[in-house]
Amino acid sequence: MSWLSILALALQTAVGFQAAWYALAAVGLNLHFGYTGLSNFGQVGFLLVGAYGVGIAADQGWSIWVGFGLGIGAAVLLGLALGIPTLRLRGDYLAIVTIAAAEILRLVANARPSEPITGGSQGIGGLSKLGFYRPNFIPSGRYGIGNSFVFNSRQLWAMMWVWGLVILATLLVRALVRSPWGRVLLAIREDEDAATALGKNVVVYKLQSFVLGGTIGAVAGSFVVLYDGAVSPTRWIAPLTFALYTVVILGGAGTVWGPIVGAVVYWFILDVFDGVLNNMWFEVSNTQAGAIRLALMGIGLMLLMIYRPQGILGSKKEMLAGAR
Amino acid sequence: MQDDPVLSEVPAEVGVAKPDPILVVDGVTRRYGGLVAVDVDHLEIQRGVITSLIGPNGAGKTTFFNLLCGFDKADGGIWTFEGDKANGVKPHELARRGMVRTFQLTKTLGRMTVLDNMLLAGSAQSGEHLLKALVKPLWKAQEQANIERANDLLARFKLDHLANEYAAGLSGGQRKLLEMSRALMAEPTLVMLDEPMAGVNPALTQSLLGHVTALRDEGMSVLFVEHDMDVIMTISDWVVCMAEGRVIAEGRPADIAGNPAVIEAYLGIDHGGATKGVIK
Repeated sequence: MSWLSILALALQTAVGFQAAWYALAAVGLNLHFGYTGLSNFGQVGFLLVGAYGVGIAADQGWSIWVGFGLGIGAAVLLGLALGIPTLRLRGDYLAIVTIAAAEILRLVANARPSEPITGGSQGIGGLSKLGFYRPNFIPSGRYGIGNSFVFNSRQLWAMMWVWGLVILATLLVRALVRSPWGRVLLAIREDEDAATALGKNVVVYKLQSFVLGGTIGAVAGSFVVLYDGAVSPTRWIAPLTFALYTVVILGGAGTVWGPIVGAVVYWFILDVFDGVLNNMWFEVSNTQAGAIRLALMGIGLMLLMIYRPQGILGSKKEMLAGAR
Repeated sequence: MQDDPVLSEVPAEVGVAKPDPILVVDGVTRRYGGLVAVDVDHLEIQRGVITSLIGPNGAGKTTFFNLLCGFDKADGGIWTFEGDKANGVKPHELARRGMVRTFQLTKTLGRMTVLDNMLLAGSAQSGEHLLKALVKPLWKAQEQANIERANDLLARFKLDHLANEYAAGLSGGQRKLLEMSRALMAEPTLVMLDEPMAGVNPALTQSLLGHVTALRDEGMSVLFVEHDMDVIMTISDWVVCMAEGRVIAEGRPADIAGNPAVIEAYLGIDHGGATKGVIK
């Protein structure tokens, strides 16, 4: 395998469906962490409820729209249920509660008694009957350049939807953070007491941010399983949240386009590592390569924090302002 | 010292009634375990004057202050602001009703510009509603009016040239000024200042004093916590002295300066009688 094909393959991932849904979930997390200063370590929990929403709809023979509604409704409920008791407290509590809640959700979905609804450890298959690909107007075939940078029509269809939603969510966040509403979020991130002293009900704003960002995450989760055609409980683990944090910080926390840039760069780098490890350097099995690439990603993140803590799009001046 | 006709007839006694109180406090207590940090029987804060709250370290001034504006929960007692119940009210609601505070350690919002710090304080902004925020025409005019008002205030506090800088870049003194101007942006009726002169150089102290008196002259009521006796004697219309959680004296600055209870609280009990201290 040549360097060129490794780069082409990495680029394929970086603009493909994988980066798209990471970007979408990261837009929500960026609203939490980047703009409101909420340490949500359970974003994966929101993705999970979005995924199971459409999964359960498929299983019960409901329409795809019911599935989205279920996922989004569950995300709103989850946001309120976690937010109302914890957002009154200091930031650390939210981190603990969210990481625990996401794990609980995954374990409950995975548990035997939940089988009739969530399919237990088997998950739910057959999501194709929801008809996500049915309106696909892109003729089947291979689109792209060369042998590596290619997409089939189903991939393009899914990419079109999710990248479209990424742009939509980004523009929504952009409009919000440039409004007086967004100014209150920033003030809460900087100093809650100051915002309170100026008459802002910080709990309400934090709750709105939390629910909105979580809902964006749930939509990302729904599309992941529509693309895969199946829901599996093993996918929704805590490291996914950490990967999303990497994306947000890499792109620049608290920047409008940061999650998109972060997701593209994250997947490009990860796949270049992958390609090099698997094909050029030495003979390693896939699981070993997977572990090594995550280790390298960790080193990369450390270097980023040392040399460019504001991320790719962040402003150094703003970062330094925060340090004082 | 301000020669204030409103309070000139009021006797200098603890718990004395004022002609037109904006804040009336009754039986407020706050305990930390066995320690009684605040235990104030009755206190009235007159409208339209500068009242300072003094006392030695650990007297409970800041705790009392935090209780009044809702940042700390009292164990008991009631107080009214503008005649309406204020105990048990959330701090942001009190702020909306016109009781706006500043902090001892300035809380400027570092990663926001000076102008955004000001705009945040604008009251009743329709653009702060999640859905209305998405429709700019709904709040654009109000925002524009707020920007003009913020710029006027910044000019008054000589911060206008810094409007687009991050607040974190400001010096300590400029932050004090920003916090005070931000409090004014919220259109308060009672401004609560927690040690506004702490850690400020003498030149800036003079400037801050000028701003505080200007607030009163514009009709606002000011309550501030302060250590510096010179400051208090210069600008206060009324002084309330606390020690060990209780109000031990109140009166015009001249009444307080010679009050033996105040001298004792500050300097300890005078055993010998050789020292004749007068606090200026």
